[in-house]
Amino acid sequence: MSTRRDFMGMALGGFTALGAVGGLYAAKRTWDPLPSVKAAGFTTLDLKDYKEGELVTEKWRGKPIFVLKQTKEMMAKATEKDKKRLIEVDGAHYMVCVGLCTHLGCIPGYRKDTQDFLCACHGGMYDATADVTKAPPPRGLDIPPFKLNGTKIALGVTGPEYEKMLADGTTLRV
Amino acid sequence: MARIENAKSIGEWLDQRLAVQTLKRVLQTEYWIPKNINFLWAMGMVLAATFGILLVSGIFLLMYYNPSTDLAFDSVNYTIMTEVGYGWLWRHIHGVGASLVFLIIYIHMFTGIYYGSYKKGRELIWLSGMLLYVLFSAEAFSGYMLPWGQMSYWAGMVITNLFSGGSLHADGLVEWIRGDYVPAQAFLSRFFMLHVLLLPLVIIGAIVFHFGTLRIPHVNNQDGEDFDFNEAAELYKNGQKKESKVIPFSPVFLSKDVFVMGIYFVLFFYLVFYHFEFAMDPVNFDPADGLKTPTHIYPEWYFLWSYEVLRPFSTNVGLIAFAIAQVIFFTIPFLDRSPNVAPANRRGLFHLWFWAMLVDMLVLTFMGKLPPQGIWSTIGLVAALVFFALWIALPIITKSEKKL
Ligand code: HEM
Ligand code: FES
Repeated sequence: MSTRRDFMGMALGGFTALGAVGGLYAAKRTWDPLPSVKAAGFTTLDLKDYKEGELVTEKWRGKPIFVLKQTKEMMAKATEKDKKRLIEVDGAHYMVCVGLCTHLGCIPGYRKDTQDFLCACHGGMYDATADVTKAPPPRGLDIPPFKLNGTKIALGVTGPEYEKMLADGTTLRV
Repeated sequence: MARIENAKSIGEWLDQRLAVQTLKRVLQTEYWIPKNINFLWAMGMVLAATFGILLVSGIFLLMYYNPSTDLAFDSVNYTIMTEVGYGWLWRHIHGVGASLVFLIIYIHMFTGIYYGSYKKGRELIWLSGMLLYVLFSAEAFSGYMLPWGQMSYWAGMVITNLFSGGSLHADGLVEWIRGDYVPAQAFLSRFFMLHVLLLPLVIIGAIVFHFGTLRIPHVNNQDGEDFDFNEAAELYKNGQKKESKVIPFSPVFLSKDVFVMGIYFVLFFYLVFYHFEFAMDPVNFDPADGLKTPTHIYPEWYFLWSYEVLRPFSTNVGLIAFAIAQVIFFTIPFLDRSPNVAPANRRGLFHLWFWAMLVDMLVLTFMGKLPPQGIWSTIGLVAALVFFALWIALPIITKSEKKL
């Protein structure tokens, strides 16, 4: 008789395990972001609206986006590595970055007089191109995927200029 | 069927069907507690009572709380605080309770460490206790999200970002936890679910388990003395109560617990009525704004020490340090290599270790609240390094401890 009982035990155990795996998968999918949340992830900005040296904060996917048109002074200070972080349109250079500290995601504050960013949370610092100058942040602010179209920039779409930034390690994919 | 006879009382009727007499014996009148203990052993029941109070006040808050990002802030700060009759009372009780429960947990933990109550035979008591600590931390964090103020939002942002694992850059995981790119409606709803249902259920289960782990090894005592509970119990049952080293948990010991609870609740309600503001961060009275970070982000006081362990290091080192700090207390029964079950003051170097750890955690707590600048950064860094050095030293100093 024991073999019949073993068989029933194994059959029951097998189906239970199957159900448990299915249930776990369903639970995982329930926690996933909704398709509507994923679909709402695009924003278009017109770069000719921005003034030199004035930080403007836009919004993309609920995150703050820093746009800072670089002044001559900033360009003079920027290193070659820094310049790679900038987006050039009609001869002007723009810093366009996700305004969340790469350490743990606070919003760094822009200091107009020193033309840099200070993150109050743990004291991280960034220069005017948003490259990191003081730890704990591990890297400069991330650049969102973008595609240029004249003076317009679409955030959330990957264009050739962004591909290049990814390829040479200027930014990580956001 | 068992023999059911005509019962002469309700008690007897129940006993025939539910064995209530046996239950009462096992859980109360013959669950033996040593006499040689002090008020610190009442902290466990103080915790149980505080949890009860949190549950009751939480149920009343639930009647008007609205878990929507548009309405949550007003439903708490306007509706509950100003419109609902005595709504402020439940909120202040809940806030003060959440803060004090951690104070008592820390006292309870350090009592266990001082008297070596995690050693051979009592490991599971310690491990289930630490499980409760982790669960209470999750419960406190999820509850902190609910008023959807600035601190809720930014603590939610910073803490969920920890799961990106620094250079692992696991943004997918972070977005999965949030259900969105940033903390938003999906995030608030799921933390609401965790806070009011799932975590409290698991906590209740864990408390039952913690009590279960106490039943066989029994609680420790002030001298770490290992005596024969059966023998002591026989003496007590034979009427030699003076000679016996034990008393029954209920009603005898419980009456002492209740006395300590009485004093505790005087303090508790003094805080609820006159000093509730210590449990309410002023920054959280600004509604959540995803485009503005508060100038200083710091957690509630009970998380400050582990936050300060994270702060002075670069991202990756900080994360690893933080992760270790969160779980390191689980390992104390295994890192303490000495067989002595005795109060720390009789254990030589361990005595020093105990106070060094306590003071170091206090220093970390104070530094965690101060802005990360200049001398404070340095003191924080040193205290964080001392924290880890102490854990490395623990097996070494306890290994060389003389057998008592
Ligand atoms: C908040 C939830 C908790 C509740 C309701 C609770 C409850 C209790 C109770 C009623 C006792 C017996 C009386 C006493 O010795 O105080 C006890 C003992 C104990 N608890 Fe907890 N506890 C909690 C959390 C913890 C934590 C976080 C730890 C530490 C990791 C812990 C470790 C211990 C130890 C080691 C003992 C045995 C003390 C001894 O043998 O002398 N408990 N707990
Ligand atoms: S979040 Fe900016 S330094 Fe930590």
